[in-house]
Amino acid sequence: MPRGYRHDLNGSILARGATQLVAQHVGLAFGGVLALNDVGLTIRQGDIHAIIGPNGAGKTSLLNCISGLYRPQHGSITFHDGDTARELTRLRPSRIARCGIARSFQNIELFRHMTVLENLTLGRHVHMRHNVFTALLYWGPAQRQEIVHRELVEEVVDFLELQAVRKHEVGRLAYGFQKRVELGRALCLQPSILLLDEPTAGMNAEEKEDMARFILDVNELAGVTVVLIEHDMGVVMDISNRVTVLDFGEVIADGEPAEVAGDPRVIEAYLGEAHAA
Amino acid sequence: MRHSTTFPKLLAALAERHGDRRIALQEKRFGIWQPITWAAYNRRVRRFAQGLAALGFKRGDALAILGDNRPEWLIAELAAQALGGMSVGLYPDGVLDEIHHVLDHAQVRTVVAEDQEQVDKLITLRESGRLATVEHIIYYDPRGLQQYERVILLEFDDVERMGEELELTRPGWIDAEVAQGEAEDTAILCTTSGTTGKPKLAMLSYANLLSMGQSLMSVDPIEPDDEYVSFLPLAWIGEQMLSVACGLQAGFTLSFAEDAATVRADVREIGPRVMFSPPRIWETLLSSVQVRLHDSGWLKRKVFGVAFTIGERAADRRLRGRRLGLPLWIAHRLAEAAALRPVRNQLGLSRLRRAYTGGAPVGPDSFRFFHAIGVNLKQIYGQTEICGIAVTHRDDDIRFNTVGVGIPGTDVAIAESGEILLRSPAVFKGYFRDEAATEAALRDGWLHTGDAGYINEDGHLLVVDRVKDVLEAADGTVFSPTFIENKLKFSPYVEEAVVFGGGDRPHVAAMVAIDMETVGTWAERKKLSYTTYTDLAQKNEVYELVDEAVKQANEDLPDSVRVRRFVLLHKQLDADDEELTRTRKVRRGTINTRYVEIIRALFGQEDTVALKSLVTYQDGSQVEREISLRIQSTNGSTAPSRQLAGGRH
Repeated sequence: MPRGYRHDLNGSILARGATQLVAQHVGLAFGGVLALNDVGLTIRQGDIHAIIGPNGAGKTSLLNCISGLYRPQHGSITFHDGDTARELTRLRPSRIARCGIARSFQNIELFRHMTVLENLTLGRHVHMRHNVFTALLYWGPAQRQEIVHRELVEEVVDFLELQAVRKHEVGRLAYGFQKRVELGRALCLQPSILLLDEPTAGMNAEEKEDMARFILDVNELAGVTVVLIEHDMGVVMDISNRVTVLDFGEVIADGEPAEVAGDPRVIEAYLGEAHAA
Repeated sequence: MRHSTTFPKLLAALAERHGDRRIALQEKRFGIWQPITWAAYNRRVRRFAQGLAALGFKRGDALAILGDNRPEWLIAELAAQALGGMSVGLYPDGVLDEIHHVLDHAQVRTVVAEDQEQVDKLITLRESGRLATVEHIIYYDPRGLQQYERVILLEFDDVERMGEELELTRPGWIDAEVAQGEAEDTAILCTTSGTTGKPKLAMLSYANLLSMGQSLMSVDPIEPDDEYVSFLPLAWIGEQMLSVACGLQAGFTLSFAEDAATVRADVREIGPRVMFSPPRIWETLLSSVQVRLHDSGWLKRKVFGVAFTIGERAADRRLRGRRLGLPLWIAHRLAEAAALRPVRNQLGLSRLRRAYTGGAPVGPDSFRFFHAIGVNLKQIYGQTEICGIAVTHRDDDIRFNTVGVGIPGTDVAIAESGEILLRSPAVFKGYFRDEAATEAALRDGWLHTGDAGYINEDGHLLVVDRVKDVLEAADGTVFSPTFIENKLKFSPYVEEAVVFGGGDRPHVAAMVAIDMETVGTWAERKKLSYTTYTDLAQKNEVYELVDEAVKQANEDLPDSVRVRRFVLLHKQLDADDEELTRTRKVRRGTINTRYVEIIRALFGQEDTVALKSLVTYQDGSQVEREISLRIQSTNGSTAPSRQLAGGRH
């Protein structure tokens, strides 16, 4: 039995570096509050693309627009896969997930009373093809499918080193593990793009290092595009190869980590005007 | 001599006999036990061997293997042996210097490494120009290695594939190679644990290993259906002994755990019939029972306490070969059902028929505990130089302070100096490329063990300590620091202890490293807040806690060798800092030089000792900090307390 994996966790068929997702002129308002104003963003296949900005800058709103939880009033978000291009702003979240856009949340959104395996298998839900009748019968097509899904889930368990806890109830695991399970569930979708909302929030140094390592593995070994919101600048600078900075709902900088870090407008947004000079 | 065979020949015979009907190796992967049958095992060994041959591996060469226990480890070992070569195992947690020393000394040209972590170590060595002899590195877990330059890197599967192609072009070649092997050939180069200086490489032949396996199994038969889980480093002689030497003779199935973190769960799932572990594993199991008991309710504690006492009494009788008698028999049955069997089950030991401990002495108290809960734990005494085992307990003739009697074919003698001498067909051929050391260890066929010991009136061997470590107290009492250390380590709160004394030192003193996990849990329960290991270790309450343990250990020691003063160390002893060997034995030499101020203070008048400690932060910056450690004086022993399992009678 070879040690490599049989299943490809990357759902995208685009070549590395090809344009995968383009947001143009995205505007989102809640009553009088302008959450996003004319936001534009290009995500390329194979990137680790960080979205940063002070609190309330609109980072999570942007992520929610991409995954369909919010519907922006203006602009377009186009997702490329192969030769097809889809407009996401008019799709329901479940359709978007089926396109291959998976996400994790800022606060852990797992089923606390289910095991790690069960939570991960839920990530396979969009790929399950059997109907009520074959599922009731179980033997035959449904069973064959279950086996394939379980194989993939086990590869994710192996990939994220969750072997020791696979049958543990999620609610009883340490925080770092729960975050890892959430990453795993998103990965089980075989995503084209993985959206991670603050994957290392609230972690200690060691947990952060582990998580950064896993995100790099997902990107480098499995080839999945990762878009992440992150507050820890150390993590952002170390692992991302593209950074977009938002402030008050607008893009104030976009580029490679080093360029962005030196941008006076970014420094101003983070540290206040006095330091900008 | 009966042994004219080699491991590859035995494997071929097993493959012939069992084909695909029986499982030779199984590894848990993706949550399922993935089997390799005897036929498949043999096939893979032969293919890998031919692949190695294509890479230039020759008769007499050494193949180094660096990784955790996986089927590929054994396939690689057997493949090297099929070509008339030998394998040399490296500890997967070994640091660069250790790896370099072994590779360099054994003149290794081919290394089989598990994964990126191990390959990175080898590449680091190579880049610093310290790996001149190595020509090929073969890895079997490709994760993360895809992007590496392939100059000397090869994937295990590809080597097997090369071998498969060769097999077609020259059928029968490998059979001829295997047939050339002889019993007297060196099968493995086994690293000695090396409490002093660099590890040496012991040359062990097939005849050595097979005769040891046969003698052991003539005392304690192992059936082909017995289960065995291989989770201790295969570089260690103890693991080679059961996995390879006994495994290939008895033909039982070897199981490999999924991950280091799942070993306990996987052992429980397999339910092994036989286990051999160093004391550390048994001590960890014991601590886990003690800690969980502390955390449980009063009823459970009470029930266990009563059942344990009954278990102890039953064990005492059984071990002296006496019958239980009806009342005790009934009580014991109840104790079994209520507490003892469930505890064994929790530990994954419920199907265990025999358990061995070896490599270092295990304290009598730990020993007593396992017998009381119904685990047939036996001491093994041996050395790498005699294939790991020469002396062991027989069933129903077990004493907690002895190591048993010689296995068949083994002569045990005590030299004038008190040193234990051993002679058997399992005594090694010598150290690899080290004539001087060989001459010192092997004289007239006798292996000079360097251990001091004596034989008691029942013919049992007692091992005191290493000859050079035995000390004489001020009043002339001869004592073994290791013995006292083990008594201290019986406390779940003590992880390591180093005892000093003897010579012109007026009393005995100890340096103790606390167990972060158990003391941490204890502190949480006591609502005692702490930050780091150092902080926790210097708490007065923790000193009091360890003081209790010291007093208990002192209880049945002669007055002159009781521990009078102790210090709690600010850090754990670590093999990476060369304070312990890879098999976790204390390296007294390093400790004596590194902690010279502490040792001086232990025998001085002061109650504190200040030392400078170099702290390396994660970003590489170093800070020198001044820390002060308290030294506690303790007075003798406590009155006998009857805490769980710690109770003495």
